[in-house]
Amino acid sequence: MIPYLVALRAIVLREGLRFIHQRERFVAALVRPLVWLLVFAAGFRAALGLSIIPPYATYITYETYIVPGLCGMILLFNGMQSSLSLVYDRETGSMRLLLTAPLPRGWLLFCKLLGSTAISIVQVYTFLAIAALFGIEMNAWGYVAALPALVISGLMLGALGLALSSFIKQLENFAGVMNFVIFPMFFLSSALYPLWKMAESSPLLRDICAFNPFTHAVELIRFALYMQFNGMALLWVLLATVLFMACALWGYDPARGMVKRKG
Amino acid sequence: MIQGLSVDRVSYRYGDKVALDAVSFDVAPGRFAALLGPNGAGKSTLFSLLTRLFTTGDGRISIAGQDMGRTPRAALARMGVVFQSPTLDLDLTIRQNLSYFAALHGLSGRDARRRIDAALDRLEIRARAGEKARNLNGGHRRRTEIARALVHDPSVLLLDEPTVGLDAAARQSITEHVHRLCAEDNLTVLWATHLTDEVYDDDQLVLLHQGRILAGGTCAELRGDKSLKDYFLDLTQMPRQSTEAAL
Repeated sequence: MIPYLVALRAIVLREGLRFIHQRERFVAALVRPLVWLLVFAAGFRAALGLSIIPPYATYITYETYIVPGLCGMILLFNGMQSSLSLVYDRETGSMRLLLTAPLPRGWLLFCKLLGSTAISIVQVYTFLAIAALFGIEMNAWGYVAALPALVISGLMLGALGLALSSFIKQLENFAGVMNFVIFPMFFLSSALYPLWKMAESSPLLRDICAFNPFTHAVELIRFALYMQFNGMALLWVLLATVLFMACALWGYDPARGMVKRKG
Repeated sequence: MIQGLSVDRVSYRYGDKVALDAVSFDVAPGRFAALLGPNGAGKSTLFSLLTRLFTTGDGRISIAGQDMGRTPRAALARMGVVFQSPTLDLDLTIRQNLSYFAALHGLSGRDARRRIDAALDRLEIRARAGEKARNLNGGHRRRTEIARALVHDPSVLLLDEPTVGLDAAARQSITEHVHRLCAEDNLTVLWATHLTDEVYDDDQLVLLHQGRILAGGTCAELRGDKSLKDYFLDLTQMPRQSTEAAL
């Protein structure tokens, strides 16, 4: 068992060191949700009326509503960005180094996933701290309760990125996938508007949003931040994680030939 | 069962294109074998199969007595690899790069430190262990990668065109160094190249062309009176001008 943990620690530490060396990435990843929170939400505040829906016990401002969605946004963008780095790693060769380690490939990929999720979570908490400075505070214990929700959501989105990275031939193709995956996933979810609001304009859109696993990740985080448990969302997120991870393992199966599909 | 390296009737296809066609050769323990072939001969495909980046149902590969198909992790644990494309993390120091690799092989703490020091000594770069990989020149980066490939004390070392992009002096130095490692440490080496001057007369030569083995034996025996370059060109039957540049 020990070699597994030694490898896990090294892979997570390496992700951490890479993160420290790329501070610009950290700042950039924070600017995005903060712009949404402090500019976009401020503008929308007046336009969007929110009724009392679970987990909220009272009327909330729009800024408060979109905080969990923006936490999800950080996880989503980082999950995709780390898989972008996997495509890059694959082209430069450091992915080869990882995959030739004498450990099961699934474990190595899982370690990589856990490392990038850990980094995302540091960013989410930094974002939550800044939001709190601007007066958008959650339940104090909610910050603790949100941790497992963030971990599982981060793993789900990372696994999706991992699966995508195994099917992308070249770095250049990634931009397209970003547009076809990130934006639909984010906008067709409950991150920016509650589902009932969506249903007012189109029941079909509401159904798509309800199907989107990102919606459930956001709801899981939202409920956890208010010390509530959303079992349905958890189930949905877990199922999606298993599915995405299975796709990633299939994509990185040596019998399929990871490097076989030369660009 | 052979303890060195054994490749037995290995074939591989990219769709309809045959990349390797029933490739077979053995490298005895402690031998330096040069896998010589022009670009596109199938060397990189063979390396990907040897390192299990992908697998094939056709043929068998055995590393230090471990079958790559049946016990892949045991086979990988006995193998050190230097890839053609650089795999160092440039923001990390030499020692950090080696520690990361050691951990991937389950080595940590004092044991890992001792092995890392030994590997750095073998490649004569221990004095620079604290420097970032980014600050090293091409030759030293390659040395670091070779040291890294030796940290877990493998019995087989695979190098895929390890001198690509190096100047003549660094190229010669690395070639000599690995020959010495092979002789002194009883290391089995498979060195893929398209450069004939990296192959010594005593080396085992495996000549790969268009996915097939054209010749195998000791370099001196095979080339006879010709230079290795002429022998290679005659055998691969390519117009001399077009391959001259590659050699």
